[in-house]
Amino acid sequence: MNRRTLLAGAAALAASPAIVHAQDTAKTKIVFWHAMTGANNDEINRIARDFNASQSEVDLQAIFKGSYADTLTAAIAAWRAGQAPHVVQIFEVGTGSMLAAGPAVKQVWQLAQETGAKIDPAAYIPAVRGYYSLPDGRMASMPLNSSTALMWYNKDAFEMAGLDPESPPDTWDKLVVAARALKEKWARPMAAKGGADVMPVTSSWFAWIQLEEFSAIHNLPFASLADGFGGLGAELKFNSPAHVKQLARLLDMSKEGTFKYTGRDNTPDPLFYAGQAAIGFGSSAGRGDIVRNAKFKWAPALVPYEPELTKTPNNTIIGGASLWTMTAPSRTPAEYKGVARFLEFIGQPEMDAKYHQSTGYVPVTLAGATLSEKQGYYVKNPGADMAVKSLTRGTITENSKGLRLGRLPEIRNIVYEEVEKALQGQQTAQAALDSAVTRGNRVLREFEKAVKA
Amino acid sequence: MERRTIFPGWGLPVLLVMPQLALTAVFFLWPAGQAIWSSMTRADPFGIRTTFVGLENFADLFSDPLYLDSAGRTVVFCAAVSAISLLLALALATAADREIRGRALYRFMLIWPYAVAPAISAVLWILLLHPQIGLVGHWLNRIGIVWDYKLNGTQAMLMVILASAWKQISYNFIFLLAGLQSIPKSIVEAARLDGAKGFFRFRTIILPLLMPTVFFLVIVNLVYAAFETFPTVLALTQGGPGKATETLVVKVYRDGVINLDVGSSSAQSVVLMAAVIVLTAVQFRFLGKRGGE
Amino acid sequence: MSGRADWPAHTVLALGVLLFLVPVWLLLAGSTLDPAAISRGELSMVPDLRNLGVYGTVLTEGAPGVGPVWRMMLVSAGMALAIAFGKIAISILSAYAVTFFRFPLRMVAFWIIFITLMLPVEVRIIPTYSVMSDLHLINTFPGLTIPLIASATATLLFRQTFLAIPDELVEAARMDGAGPWRFLKDILIPVSAANLAALFVILFVYGWNQYLWPLLVATDPSLDTIVIGIVKMIGTETQTEWNKVMAAAVLALLPPILVVVLMQRWFVKGLTEGDK
Repeated sequence: MNRRTLLAGAAALAASPAIVHAQDTAKTKIVFWHAMTGANNDEINRIARDFNASQSEVDLQAIFKGSYADTLTAAIAAWRAGQAPHVVQIFEVGTGSMLAAGPAVKQVWQLAQETGAKIDPAAYIPAVRGYYSLPDGRMASMPLNSSTALMWYNKDAFEMAGLDPESPPDTWDKLVVAARALKEKWARPMAAKGGADVMPVTSSWFAWIQLEEFSAIHNLPFASLADGFGGLGAELKFNSPAHVKQLARLLDMSKEGTFKYTGRDNTPDPLFYAGQAAIGFGSSAGRGDIVRNAKFKWAPALVPYEPELTKTPNNTIIGGASLWTMTAPSRTPAEYKGVARFLEFIGQPEMDAKYHQSTGYVPVTLAGATLSEKQGYYVKNPGADMAVKSLTRGTITENSKGLRLGRLPEIRNIVYEEVEKALQGQQTAQAALDSAVTRGNRVLREFEKAVKA
Repeated sequence: MERRTIFPGWGLPVLLVMPQLALTAVFFLWPAGQAIWSSMTRADPFGIRTTFVGLENFADLFSDPLYLDSAGRTVVFCAAVSAISLLLALALATAADREIRGRALYRFMLIWPYAVAPAISAVLWILLLHPQIGLVGHWLNRIGIVWDYKLNGTQAMLMVILASAWKQISYNFIFLLAGLQSIPKSIVEAARLDGAKGFFRFRTIILPLLMPTVFFLVIVNLVYAAFETFPTVLALTQGGPGKATETLVVKVYRDGVINLDVGSSSAQSVVLMAAVIVLTAVQFRFLGKRGGE
Repeated sequence: MSGRADWPAHTVLALGVLLFLVPVWLLLAGSTLDPAAISRGELSMVPDLRNLGVYGTVLTEGAPGVGPVWRMMLVSAGMALAIAFGKIAISILSAYAVTFFRFPLRMVAFWIIFITLMLPVEVRIIPTYSVMSDLHLINTFPGLTIPLIASATATLLFRQTFLAIPDELVEAARMDGAGPWRFLKDILIPVSAANLAALFVILFVYGWNQYLWPLLVATDPSLDTIVIGIVKMIGTETQTEWNKVMAAAVLALLPPILVVVLMQRWFVKGLTEGDK
């Protein structure tokens, strides 16, 4: 094949989808951008196929747009160019930015009103619904993949360290004791064998789990004005004595070798299922990977709490993403109707249960959870309901509903930067959190000025 | 820098230069103008509400110690990347310029890495240096050298410098070898007969003749290190730990594309544009002078 | 140096060769290992030859989330070739114009081309995207390539070559009565053949390795390039099948390396001559 035919071939290839789609103009076309990779990507394509097969008016095309951050950026660029997708998957920390997007989005309640779609907020698990709703309870975006923070632990390591594998530490004091035992009786012998680098405890999503979830569990404000639900003027509050004490504890653990920081976001995940960390804080969505990879007995547990701060620990907040309906100048009522049908489709208990069971995300509807239970999923997969237990523990308060802050991804990054400096011994816990709060507040004020102008 | 012999008329040349000018105007000038405008506004990510704020974004930038730190770090990073990749390439080119057996094979083995995509080279370096799964990183920890670029800023900087320099060695090698080969053998031979030896010969005879190439490469390497390394840095360290590996371009990218702070990011872009223009002017003067020789 | 072996030179060169070979060998070996083992940190330099089938799998079936690798490689090839030929064509014309002619605002045109083209892509990505959208080029093959075609480097390189052409040659051509077009076709292009080849290599590699722009402008999976495909395969929320990622990476390395190898002689010569 010479160069010219190769070029022509590639050009023809590129042009082909346009031709294919031109044939079914009778159907309303809906474009759905998402950020799911690997097996989760296949699952999104499965949902798109099922939806397209379930009815004949709407043709949904699911398109991967890169990481969560890439997807948000692409959606914004596309909206500015008048080419926004109909539906886009936005991570939970982008919620504040999307809510401030005014005319760029059509919130779920609005879409339901216009199209007559039946989407009942009461059908959703409160901790999920709360994160994606307005303060008055109207739903803004459609929950899809939700997870929460859990503590995964290696039962074999517990046994080796002389700890009871059936009762994981439920308070931080007990965790410190367990970590010391793990260090002496498990990590040390393992290291002596010359195997991989081993550590008693590590944590994925440090900013989310060790600060945001810590605040929710202990009913401490992460930010003022009900964690931002009360308005754009919210100020960060996570440098309280309780927060500082908690970070100082982790710094001490790091110093004595019982805790090891192994990276931002979910990069530490493989350490747990590779058997290198006996306790791994992580997302409940990591279950699938653990099932596939872990060559030892393991179980999930609730994230520990600090009895000095509360006797009745609260629910954890969710992570994950939701679906937002976007607007465009050329968008027709029929298209919005198509979007509404899609959202109704994924909200059905059967779909929710199926998605939950094949991905490791939590069911987002109460009916989806009940159905999974009826189907015997939790009997066959012990511990798979731990995430729901965590999300429904205690009573939801204004400090455990979720965070409603603009530019939250940036604030998380600031937290990572300051904590990393503290872990390197360059500053104290107090200085790290003070500095993160000061820098974070500057970001919040910028956001406030930008969206109020 | 000008040719003496030229063709008359200006209709044809204008026509010839048009396609390039049109592409430049549409895809470069217009977006650059947009960036300059945005640098003087405050806007929400969607561009729904935009306020003109004059030079406020620039003032914020230059009063932000973190930005100044990042600028200083960028200088160190660029200098280190350029120096390492140039020195290694120079050593390799000098060796490959000798009349030795297998030189064709050596040359080939040193030229092909030019083709490695930055995205793929980042994967390679993770496989090598990741403290847990990386071959070398894992081994270092095993023998008792604490290697953890996720927490140790100095090690992180070392890693991004190495990864960035590695990618650039082949390019420098090609140019330096070409430069060495264009030095007339008679000059080198004459110096040898005069008794000039080894490094002295290299420093007094070869290096001055190679200087034009080296200078050109220094500029190219600085621009490469400043601008084209950002996917590598993002993939390896995301700018961390702390801000230990956050260079100016990583910051532009983070503030603009991830944090969606269009105003500040545009102001940073404008500052960078000014820097590029200065570097370009230096390079242009230099190349122009050489072209007229 | 004739006769006896030059050990210092051999040592330096061998170390250099290893510096590049080892990481790529690791990639090659890793592609044949068990993905779970890689995640556990059991990476090895010894390939498991029984697992070479992974190459066939990724080529024809792809991996979770992406289509078959052969198709993505075809898109990449189309993109790289379009960018290389497009850039060479427009740069040779504009370099010819600014070197061999005098016309109003000549240096202004030259400076415009020169300075603006060095703007890093991430600086102008959002405005460029809206231009593409106004021109209805989002999700099209031209949209993928055209914005990357304008190039200061290529124009500069040709200008350098043209400036280095001896005046006598130009004079001789004019005495023969060669017009501007014939001069370009019969003299300039043949004389710059080595530079053309060198530039082709540089631009092919540049086009093949693009990441940020294709990700933003091409949302249709049928326009996925191989580099995009590899990044898609590295899961962020799920377990990555590292062996497939590495196999795809090895395959992605082959075409640009092949271009460099096949054109090596010209490539180096072109740069040597252009850099006189």
